[in-house]
Amino acid sequence: MNALDTALWVVAPYVALTVFALGHVWRYRYDRFGWTTRSSQMYESRLLRAGSPLFHFGLLLVILGHVGGLVVPKGWTEAAGVSETAYHVTAVVLGTLAGVATVGGLAILVYRRRTVGPVFTATTRNDKLMYAVLALTLALGLAATVVANVLGGGYDYRTTISPWFRSIFFFRPEGELMAGAPPLFRLHALSALVLFAIWPFTRLVHALTAPVGYLTRPYIVYRSRDDRRGLAEPRRGWEPTR
Amino acid sequence: MTRVMAQLAMVMNLDKCIGCHTCSVTCKQAWTNRAGVEYVWFNNVETRPGQGYPRTYQDQEKWRGGWELNRRGRLRLRAGGRLRKLLSIFANPLMPSIQDYYEPWTYDYDRLFSAPAQEDTPVARPRSLITGEDTKITWSANWDDDLAGGPELAPADPVLRKISEEVKLDFERAFMFYLPRICEHCLNPSCVASCPSGAMYKRSEDGIVLVDQDRCRGWRMCVTGCPYKKVYFNHRTGKAEKCTFCYPRVEVGIPTVCSETCVGRLRYIGLLLYDADRVAEAAAVPDEKDLYEAQRSVLLDPHDPEVIAAAGAQGIPEDWLEAARRSPVHKLIFKYGVALPLHPEYRTMPMVWYIPPLSPVVDALAGTGHDGEDAGNLFGAIDALRIPIGYLAGLFTAGDPEPVRAVLRRLAAMRSHMRRDNLGQEPDPSIAESVGMTGERIEEMYRLLAIAAYDERYVIPRAHAEQGARLEETATGCSLDVEGGPGMGGPFGEASGRPAPVSVETFHALKERQTTEGLAEADRLRGRVNLLNWDGKGVPEGLFPRHDAGPGHDDGSHHDGPRHDDGPRHDHERKS
Repeated sequence: MNALDTALWVVAPYVALTVFALGHVWRYRYDRFGWTTRSSQMYESRLLRAGSPLFHFGLLLVILGHVGGLVVPKGWTEAAGVSETAYHVTAVVLGTLAGVATVGGLAILVYRRRTVGPVFTATTRNDKLMYAVLALTLALGLAATVVANVLGGGYDYRTTISPWFRSIFFFRPEGELMAGAPPLFRLHALSALVLFAIWPFTRLVHALTAPVGYLTRPYIVYRSRDDRRGLAEPRRGWEPTR
Repeated sequence: MTRVMAQLAMVMNLDKCIGCHTCSVTCKQAWTNRAGVEYVWFNNVETRPGQGYPRTYQDQEKWRGGWELNRRGRLRLRAGGRLRKLLSIFANPLMPSIQDYYEPWTYDYDRLFSAPAQEDTPVARPRSLITGEDTKITWSANWDDDLAGGPELAPADPVLRKISEEVKLDFERAFMFYLPRICEHCLNPSCVASCPSGAMYKRSEDGIVLVDQDRCRGWRMCVTGCPYKKVYFNHRTGKAEKCTFCYPRVEVGIPTVCSETCVGRLRYIGLLLYDADRVAEAAAVPDEKDLYEAQRSVLLDPHDPEVIAAAGAQGIPEDWLEAARRSPVHKLIFKYGVALPLHPEYRTMPMVWYIPPLSPVVDALAGTGHDGEDAGNLFGAIDALRIPIGYLAGLFTAGDPEPVRAVLRRLAAMRSHMRRDNLGQEPDPSIAESVGMTGERIEEMYRLLAIAAYDERYVIPRAHAEQGARLEETATGCSLDVEGGPGMGGPFGEASGRPAPVSVETFHALKERQTTEGLAEADRLRGRVNLLNWDGKGVPEGLFPRHDAGPGHDDGSHHDGPRHDDGPRHDHERKS
């Protein structure tokens, strides 16, 4: 493994993940007010209602697929009686469908963003960069699947990419596993690292506060004026009396 | 034991509203005079009959705001429950578009000055604040002002559509009144229930419904959830905003801006006590027409010793209980029984109440040549004039005409009683008796409705002094949200980043003034105009419009007044 491979598959992942984690902490402390979806639905609804659910639900499927493919070791699925062919067919079919939905949804959203005047005006440079990296990552991921597993003879990433992915989290990075992966997969992984690194500084942060708590909390929220913190801590002698 | 909670509530006396929109304008100046909320009016005044703002917001078949009963008779959000909300979060199907409110605009005033010499007078063209392009103005928050619907607009009034067909035929004999609206600060707020992030909350001390700007993530479900469409989406910051009941003001005991500036003095603010445990039950009574009574039944009598004991045990301070006993709102709802809630059928238990207007009836009566202030004539007209009554019932009592009729009869009795008094005639006790009141009580009510002073109309207990330190800074948090100010245009788009605390700003400005030899240079105040620190001399950046120093201006003479051009600032002052 040469120095470049070490830099790309050992150093870069840690840098990206550190930036991702610390970036979110910093953003949450520094910029809670900017932490929003910044929805543009007020300006335009028709295209959004087609593109946005397609993109988001597709993306949720894609994420689920990545969890299944990257996190779950091959040995486990085999122990559960899922043959390599069965896994492969399911993954390729579902993955391609989800990928096409996501990329299609994104295409509608990007088209909307460019052509609907108010939406375009509300697009910042930050957004444009984020869209570019996001679109690149999705396109490369879909291309890798289609080229290797639909058109090509099939590539078992579960023997190379998945162990590499897991090795990062065990702090025993095995960069050489990635060095031999097909170029499209490597490019996909690299652009994903870039995406994770810029994530905390873009509007993508809204994903981390997906409101799942809504399912369990009581409908009406009461809060006391006492909970509202001013920017200053109460001075000595001004602490609440009860 | 009952769970006693306090609620700041408002009553508006519609007979006195002249539709001057002072409340709307002062509210806008105070709260929504910013980019992103150009279309937002926390307070608006609608002409009824009319479509309202946003257009046809009362049509809950379409917008699905508020609550409804499910098959088992339990409350559920009309737009769908929790799971449904989360599944439609990526594109809210029930969200009004900017066109349903109106597309805000400005005028290209610069053209008036910069147009070259020409035959025709240059005009300032309207320009959309949404697209930045030239636009054609077709609607605004108040486009149908004074039209009372009119034949083109009236058929779309959802309240009018609900009452019978004959109304449309009879509409030629039109009636009209104004309906000022703010957030209802409901006891059972469906906006709060709709917020996936839990950013919206009801303040437990005074019941004011607020949006936590740091927790709001812009999922937009509150806009759908509120049947009054009084939660708005700031399209620049991506956060929900709403009427705050001017909490920084009421916390120190002064009324809201809309009340303070009301020319007709038609607003009353006071405290109500209610039983929080009974709200859900009362909001779920099967028959819509019982909702008005149900809503009254959750409110507690502040004179009842048991209520006082329970409230005290739950930490409601004594001065707040005293304020509840003096509350003009409680008097108008119970003692005089003339205030009605707006659209109780939405089942949100709204806490801005209205005294329905008698004037449509009086006007109709006077129009037929009868004496519009004679008790007999008025009582007869109230019974006969079904259309105004039906319309008012559609607004205030879920369509039940009886409570509206009773209120109007009381107002009519007051009018007749006071006229006799005014003209020095013998008082006629039968007038008061026919509406279940005494002459004395009618005169008390007249006093409150007609001549009550400031401190009788607004009985607002202050937030407690021991909480004072916590209130620092919070009231001034939004003063930085001016375009180009430090609060706006952070690295992550609109308004990202922490604003500098006002005390820090003031500290630096004072220090600068105390240590500098020249005049305080207000334009060094980090790009914003802080009038508190401006000593009236010098020209702060951004306070006056800048115009380019063209050749025509550069005549070398000294200006006496503030200089507006881009040349070196304060030179003439330093030299002098």
